[in-house]
Amino acid sequence: MAGSKDKPMADDSLLSDEFLRQLMAVEEADLLVGIPTLNNSKTIAHVVQAVELGFAKFFPRERTVVVAADGGSHDDTEEVVRNANLGDPHRMRAPQSLRTMHRIATRYPGPVNSRNVLRTILAAADLVRAKACAVISPDLLSITPDWIESLLRPIYMEKYDLVTPLYLRRKFDGLLISNLVYPMVRAAYGLRLREPMAAEFAFSGKLASHLLEQGIAADQQSPHSVGIWVTSRAICGGFGVGQCFLGPKVQAPGNSSSDIVATISGVVGDLFRSLEREEEFWIRETGSRPLPAFGLPYDVNLEPLRVNRKQMIQMFRTGVVELKDILKTILREGTFAGLEGAADPRAESIPFPDELWVKTIYDFAGAFHRSVIHRDHILQALVPLYRGRVAAFTQELAGADETQVDAAIENLCLAYEQLKPYWIESWKIHQ
Amino acid sequence: MIELVMQRLTQTLKSLVSAAATYLPRVLAMLIIVIIGWAIAFAVKAALRRILKIFKFDAFSEHGGVSQTLRKTGLAGPSELLCRVAFWVVGISITVLGIDVLGIPAFQDIISRFFRFVPQIFVALLILFVGILVANFLATAALLAAVNADLPSPRFLSGAVRLLIVIITIIMALEQLDLARITILIAFTIGFGAVMLGLAIAFGLGGQDAARRFLEKYIVEREKEKEKEDISPL
Repeated sequence: MAGSKDKPMADDSLLSDEFLRQLMAVEEADLLVGIPTLNNSKTIAHVVQAVELGFAKFFPRERTVVVAADGGSHDDTEEVVRNANLGDPHRMRAPQSLRTMHRIATRYPGPVNSRNVLRTILAAADLVRAKACAVISPDLLSITPDWIESLLRPIYMEKYDLVTPLYLRRKFDGLLISNLVYPMVRAAYGLRLREPMAAEFAFSGKLASHLLEQGIAADQQSPHSVGIWVTSRAICGGFGVGQCFLGPKVQAPGNSSSDIVATISGVVGDLFRSLEREEEFWIRETGSRPLPAFGLPYDVNLEPLRVNRKQMIQMFRTGVVELKDILKTILREGTFAGLEGAADPRAESIPFPDELWVKTIYDFAGAFHRSVIHRDHILQALVPLYRGRVAAFTQELAGADETQVDAAIENLCLAYEQLKPYWIESWKIHQ
Repeated sequence: MIELVMQRLTQTLKSLVSAAATYLPRVLAMLIIVIIGWAIAFAVKAALRRILKIFKFDAFSEHGGVSQTLRKTGLAGPSELLCRVAFWVVGISITVLGIDVLGIPAFQDIISRFFRFVPQIFVALLILFVGILVANFLATAALLAAVNADLPSPRFLSGAVRLLIVIITIIMALEQLDLARITILIAFTIGFGAVMLGLAIAFGLGGQDAARRFLEKYIVEREKEKEKEDISPL
């Protein structure tokens, strides 16, 4: 598999000899799905089955490969991947693929992190010259074969370069995404990309080569954050970006987002760092435009999430009082005064309007960029404020239906867009 | 008789003139050294100020919390403070060098001890600077961790961390200067031991019920509160 002149080859020194041997046995593939695994023996068989059924059902004529990149599981994840079968084709009503479906399980080199996983998958995609690739979480309970079609078809048939998912979320699910990541990325890059940090996404071979050439940023910390790096690189590189409906996303319990401080520090830190890298691009963007969405959106009655508002309000108030000196270093005077007002213990509820939240985030982004104090401390100081915002947001929309919640998020996004000059001002102070 | 007095006076005058002839050039040399020394001290201060500005030392100190600590104690900013220290150390060192030119034996020992002491002063200052940086960093980390974990009295915890590290830093700096080493060590040991013993007695004997209530409130109740929620940020 010598590299042609017009297409750079992956750095195969990253890959083990055994992995290279397996990839060379594949020779070339049209479609590749990468699954980052680490102790997922209980859920991985279902995911592999869904992916291969998706291949067989929607892409029976294409050459396909599943690559499970393992971080060193202590259970028998790799064995489960190798031995997972599609079951009785008649009972499963599974169509048969006309081509051999390859399946590889490998231990990726280097420390266990999302950067090394993505590098392995990108290198594999580049080596087998895959035309369309996808990354899928190993602990998905809700994945169906349709997900594979939804993610890969726009890349394979419509020639898009990056497809991100549109999940059907429960009310108040993913509030860090809807209140911070999505609106900020939208205001920055001018694209209404609903899940910029999704663990599931699809990309073209062309984009894979581009990403490999760029080299994955070494400062990505959160396991959820390769998504933002891929997204921002694709947008800034002028690649075609689309979205696809996937339906509800249900993961096995015990996923890594249960530690709120680590999650916020990791996700927001990686977002701010990616914005720092792409500063020249986003600083001139204004407004936003919708992205093409593939697939059929549908509604399912999902049980609403429980929110413990009382504890959040109390932790927000304590945070504003106790972290006063730190917050004064990070926030502008008016913003801090607004937060002090919102944290007033005499009030029954928290008045945390969109404008105050957006200014808070923009001040945090500016303070992070200028490193006014240690960056980890800046990110940790955001946690109580996020709790306050969640309490206020869920209180305000307690009786609202999904449409009203979506409308509230849309208003918030517009506030982010309108206040972008404030962000740029915060970003550039003392520069 | 008169002749004898005149002879003695002449001898004394000659000795005086001879002594003056010996020392006057030395005094002049000392004055020149001192004047040049203070001029050098001014130059060092100006150059250091410029270098620290180029390397954004004040911004670095601000991030590390040293500036805030100095502000609280009413001292100048870290750059200015360092410039002033350098100015006085250079000025005094060269003055002492000038005095050495006089060749007075009584000063010799004092001067050599002074010059042995100068590097120790700088090392002690460096220890203090780094110590304050570390103390502020860890105090902020403790404050944030306590607030985010919903622990009681976060500022007290943070202050205790800061105080402990500052005390250790001061002891290290004083030890570097070789000042009252044994007194400081004994005072620290007694003080630290007393605090720990006091806490042990207070919590172990007097505060059993309070400790139980505390654990019930902050561990059991928090677990219950957690169970009421299944919201995820992502």
